Amino acid sequence: MKPFRGKTLSWQLNQGVVHLVLDRAPCNEIGSVALAELEEFVAALQHVERDAPALIVSSARKEGFCAGADLRELYRESQGLDVEKRASGVRDFLERIHRVMNALDESPLITIAAVNGIAFGGGLELALTCDLIIADKMARFCFPELRLGLIPGFGGIPRLKRDLGNAPIRDLLLTGRSINVGKAQSLGLVSQVTAEGGALRLAQATAAQIGKFDRETAIAAKRFIKPIPREELQREIDIFCDLFARPAVETGLRKFVESADPLPYLP
Amino acid sequence: LTSFVDFCWKGFASRRSLYAGGLGCLTHQVIYGKIGLMTTLDQTTEEILQLAARHFHVAPGELRPDDDFFKKLGINSLQTLDLLTRLEQHFHIELPDYELQGVSDFRTLAERIHARL
Repeated sequence: MKPFRGKTLSWQLNQGVVHLVLDRAPCNEIGSVALAELEEFVAALQHVERDAPALIVSSARKEGFCAGADLRELYRESQGLDVEKRASGVRDFLERIHRVMNALDESPLITIAAVNGIAFGGGLELALTCDLIIADKMARFCFPELRLGLIPGFGGIPRLKRDLGNAPIRDLLLTGRSINVGKAQSLGLVSQVTAEGGALRLAQATAAQIGKFDRETAIAAKRFIKPIPREELQREIDIFCDLFARPAVETGLRKFVESADPLPYLP
Repeated sequence: LTSFVDFCWKGFASRRSLYAGGLGCLTHQVIYGKIGLMTTLDQTTEEILQLAARHFHVAPGELRPDDDFFKKLGINSLQTLDLLTRLEQHFHIELPDYELQGVSDFRTLAERIHARL
């Protein structure tokens, strides 16, 4: 695997561990460029699946792990389009991002999200594709999508339901509140907590531990315990697109883009 | 333990002297929770002011309970979440974001936190 440095992320293979680093100001929002680079990454990942035991996903931004979808781009790109074209464009984007997320979710590598700061919306959904979430004590997690008249669209609900059950989803989704790392760990979302700024180091230590185990056994264990909820993921896309076609969403997006509110993620 | 309780009790007489004595970095739970002491709203407010001053590099004593913390600290949305996280950790509480809606001064923030202690 050749090292790669793109506009929004980079990756390298070092001592048997693949390291994907998100790096786009202000907080790794996922738009069309990031999506294209993530697609390149999962294609490259296939070539090292048998050679590397672990993948770490982290952020180079001190602001946080990932603030989710690039809502400003979504709003900008949907301007001037009729409802049908808007819905068609967003469905295409969602189907592409779902392919990326599913590829990460079912990768034979043991995957670790090293989370600092915020993991909101699509950022939380990206972390949820990983087998383990290791977070520093300043991490926060949130599904703010209802604020916009939407549901999470990158596969977050089915994955969180698979991993934690239904009640924690209702709490996060229906209130739109963010939770700190202590709460996230008590729910089982976060496996290990470290001091501020220490998530990557702990993820690297965990990856080194994972590398000691027999690869075939680790792959079999992961396949057994982590099925991809494909039917619910597809339903999520359908529901998201139905909701997205409503005028309320455009209003919500405009409000977000134009907001000077110091807490724009609040519902 | 007795001497520690005695030290904390003396601190009640002058909250500022408690911080001056080097306890400003300790969490609320360490100072009060473990030994079952009650706090007043003024003490909660003072702890918030100290914490905000320390983490956002404002001179101690420059912050007042009625100050607008967005303006006074010059913080954006991400830094507000940072403050929220530090407050939750310090007081060992959960404070949902929507509890902060419409809140901009330290005193009201302290009231919201104090109600959860």
